[in-house]
Amino acid sequence: MNAFDYHQAVDAEQAIEQAMRRQQTRYLGGGTNLVDLMRETVERPAALIDVSTLAREIEETTHGGLFIGAGVTNAELAADPRVRMRYPVLSRAILCGASAQIRNMATVAGNLLQRTRCAYFYDIASHCNKREPGSGCDAREGFHRYHAILGASSSCIATHPSDMAVAMVALDARVHLRGPDGERSLALSELHREPGERPDLETVLAPEELIVAVELPPLPMAAISEYRKVRDRASYAFALVSVASMAALDGDTIGDVRLALGGVGTVPWRARRAEAALRGAAISERAIDTAVEAELEMARTLPGNGFKLALARRLMTSELKARVADAREGGES
Amino acid sequence: MNPFRDPMSSDRFDSESSGVALAGDYWRRDGKPDALGTSDRVGQPLSRLDGAQKVTGRARFAAEFSFDGMLYAALVYSTIANGRIASIDRDAVESMPGVALVMTHDNAPRLNTAPVFLRSPNGAAGDDHPIMQSDRVHWNGQPVALVLAETQEQADAAVERLEIEYRAEPAVTDFEIAKGQARAPDNVLGGPAEIALGDADSAFAAAPHRVDATYTTPRHNHNAIEPHAVTLKWSREAGTEILRIHDASQCVDLTAASLAEVFDIDAAQIHITSPFVGGGFGSKTLWQHQILAAAAARVVERPVRLALSRKGVYRVVGGRACTEQRVALGADDSGKLSALIHSGIASMTCHNNLPEPFVQATKCLYAADAIRLSIEVADMHMLANTFMRAPGESVGTFALESALDELAERLGMDPLALRERNEPAQDPISGLPFSSRHLLEAARAGAERFGWSGRAATPGSRREGEWQIGMGCATATYPYMRMPGAAARITLSAKGATIDIAAHEMGMGTATVQTQIAAARLGLPVEQVTFRYGDNMLAGAVLAGGSQQTAAIGGAVIAAHRELVTALLALVTSDSPLAGLSADDVVCRDAGLAAADDASRFADYAEILSGAGRESLSVEAAAADSEELAHWSMHSFGTIFCEVGVSEISGEVRVRRLLGSFDCGRILNPKTATSQFRGGMIMGLGLALMEETWFDARSGRIINPSLADYHVPVQMDVPEIEVMWTDIPDPHTPMGARGIGEIGITGVGAAVANAVYNASGKRIRDLPITLDKLL
Repeated sequence: MNAFDYHQAVDAEQAIEQAMRRQQTRYLGGGTNLVDLMRETVERPAALIDVSTLAREIEETTHGGLFIGAGVTNAELAADPRVRMRYPVLSRAILCGASAQIRNMATVAGNLLQRTRCAYFYDIASHCNKREPGSGCDAREGFHRYHAILGASSSCIATHPSDMAVAMVALDARVHLRGPDGERSLALSELHREPGERPDLETVLAPEELIVAVELPPLPMAAISEYRKVRDRASYAFALVSVASMAALDGDTIGDVRLALGGVGTVPWRARRAEAALRGAAISERAIDTAVEAELEMARTLPGNGFKLALARRLMTSELKARVADAREGGES
Repeated sequence: MNPFRDPMSSDRFDSESSGVALAGDYWRRDGKPDALGTSDRVGQPLSRLDGAQKVTGRARFAAEFSFDGMLYAALVYSTIANGRIASIDRDAVESMPGVALVMTHDNAPRLNTAPVFLRSPNGAAGDDHPIMQSDRVHWNGQPVALVLAETQEQADAAVERLEIEYRAEPAVTDFEIAKGQARAPDNVLGGPAEIALGDADSAFAAAPHRVDATYTTPRHNHNAIEPHAVTLKWSREAGTEILRIHDASQCVDLTAASLAEVFDIDAAQIHITSPFVGGGFGSKTLWQHQILAAAAARVVERPVRLALSRKGVYRVVGGRACTEQRVALGADDSGKLSALIHSGIASMTCHNNLPEPFVQATKCLYAADAIRLSIEVADMHMLANTFMRAPGESVGTFALESALDELAERLGMDPLALRERNEPAQDPISGLPFSSRHLLEAARAGAERFGWSGRAATPGSRREGEWQIGMGCATATYPYMRMPGAAARITLSAKGATIDIAAHEMGMGTATVQTQIAAARLGLPVEQVTFRYGDNMLAGAVLAGGSQQTAAIGGAVIAAHRELVTALLALVTSDSPLAGLSADDVVCRDAGLAAADDASRFADYAEILSGAGRESLSVEAAAADSEELAHWSMHSFGTIFCEVGVSEISGEVRVRRLLGSFDCGRILNPKTATSQFRGGMIMGLGLALMEETWFDARSGRIINPSLADYHVPVQMDVPEIEVMWTDIPDPHTPMGARGIGEIGITGVGAAVANAVYNASGKRIRDLPITLDKLL
């Protein structure tokens, strides 16, 4: 690890000012990923601006949604009764990730901005276009069991590792930003960039721009929602494939459906094609199969991650069937 | 005797008033068993004596000792697998804050090559590479520079700035390619690389029922909870140079002997202690970090601490070799084996001496008319592979016991019945009688407790929702050994006894169990016995490896005990009740000696010592040679039972139940033994389901050197584990005990694989059994 300066910000405005005054700064949340990367010298910031004590509240919005401060810890968010009642998929997704100790430290904004766990990205002796643009990708012909089958490019196949973000994109979350030019907000699904030719550019954040909150819109169907994560051991492992799902019925047709995938995409993957195919469709196994295929026809696999296509197909199918069944039960009771 | 009494019952704490006689000559063909083997004084579930120290953080480990003026070390590891160092820019780093030394091959002191374990009598080293003596790079991860600085942070920052250029040369880093050049090793653990009994190939060709399959196992890395570390200091005492080392070691004497060769000094000039070790498993031997730290400390004339990071352990400390094994079984209609062939290739280097001995278990488990066992090695440019819990047996039983399961299915036999059918009457290879073999009793008792009769013979026929449920079993085994070199010193006073022996406590409970044993032998309460260990200056040289430490210590304590009693009897005066008795006429009880045939003839130790005007008596003796291995085939045995669920949707495997039923002679402490068995079985679950080193075949680089990417089981992967044992004393070992440290991992890989097959109908012959293989 290289020597660095440390500043504790008192508010967002001051944090941004401090960041603008220096070169090579990073905002520090819980540090559960950034500090690891600093130890490996993948990240070499000259200064850290600690924003982990800012924005620690979860507030009700006027429409029955939630406004979640960027500094809320993963553990606090997962345990919040409103989250557990209204958005169980989010609580489940968070609790499927990391370990209790890490969730106690990790912040909401830090979770969204965590970087891939591609082993070649972490190993500075390896070639990695994300770490060192233009240097090549050792994962493509190396170990890529954990790598993406959706949204990848010839330069990068690394997955976005978050579980929380998968649930949040399914819930149509919005991120609220503050930067040198003021405040703005955007859909979480627009925050992360697919790698294309510039895998080093991971988000649309402007320089010094800070995530200050994540807003969950009201979404009654989310009261019955699930997150299923499949991984190589029972806990403390990244997803091979994970699925966030919920459905609302309209008689014998699917009224609305939300489906997002983790472990398979270069970004938290909202399965919009599958959703579009299902919305308004008559409930049937065939409709579900068609929707799943619509999403996965874009998948591109490599020898080491080819199994993810079959696994994603099976999980999406079984989860969609289960959500339809849940919704039916909910409608009857 | 009920061999399956409740191991945790503590109602056997009452001491026998009759006392314990001296151990007999158990190692001789007509020798007398160790009386302690049948005594109720052993087998008590005494809690770890160091438990409170460990859980309160008072137990100090190698990286927690310090010396005044100590410097901190950090290493730079090569990024090529073969070639030369073209340049290292030391200047820029030497001027960094706090940096005291930048050591590379250009300025390292001359060092002799370390002697290799199992190749030299002094060998504790993993390989025979010269250490920082030239520009040559032999593996990807080899230390190429060491920085000493005033703080660890300064040292870490400095190594990151060191610019190194390499001239890479072609390297063999792909096992698939290396296999093409496979060779027979000179020896396998000192024995031949090929063993043949009859014409197994012809017998196999003629057999009516056959299984012929290839099984593969990946590389594994050591992940003891305590990463390797050393804190050391050179000093001068009375004109002699002394090297004082706090190490994490399972072989303090061998390490001292090896370091003495490296630094051209006498082993007596090196003092190594290792009071606590956070797990060894075969890895806490001599690797480059101790040598580099000592060399650098000598240059700067200051003490040094070198604590490897987790990643550093992957770069510097060898792991388990990958294997490709063929098992071919031929049987008649009754399941009787006519041919047993087990052969294959393991990765190795030409700089070490451990062909992963995957046929070890096959040598003793089954009777077959003809047997052929052989091991070849494929040389690669990689860090030397090394011993890792049950080297050979752990991965060898995966292949053998999977093949047995395949044969059972082909024959329509119960897998346990097939094993019973082939139970040998004597050692299949050597023809020696077994010293004590009760594998079938263990298997039957385990089957009963596990509910094996509930196993569905047809794969895929049991399910609960999306989960397919199946059961599997496999035989576990590990050889008994008692290595030479063990000796013990017993010092007796009115206050009690101290046992000194250069043995090791790596978390197994050795210090606790040996205190118990010594107390029982001497007729003393446990509180009056101190067991000192982990110090090369103490008596003897005992390796904590090969599951033999307990037997080795036992043999030494038996010898010293006899010496002590003989010396005590020489002190008694003619008016003593013990006058005229010899060592074999007495028993130890109630802190004294009594005539074996007349309890009224008794004198306590304090009385004997004071009568002779002595405050204490100290004796030392070496263990008898391990002649028992020339007379008998000696092994620990067991059967592992496993129940798994396999998700039909995701292919995930969840182990629902695991049971080990063992036959390892007398169990000395059921509490610590249970932990040993259970720990081994959990490690077996890792081997079965997840452990795998990602060795990049293009670069020879390990790319998952962390516990995040290299998976070992977490709490949720581990089900309730039941452990039981026969507790039948082995008449030919100290205390009637055989090793229990490694057998727990053996058989588990196959038991899981066989259960997965029974659940899903899918036979996985390639470890680990990850879900993609089951989709």
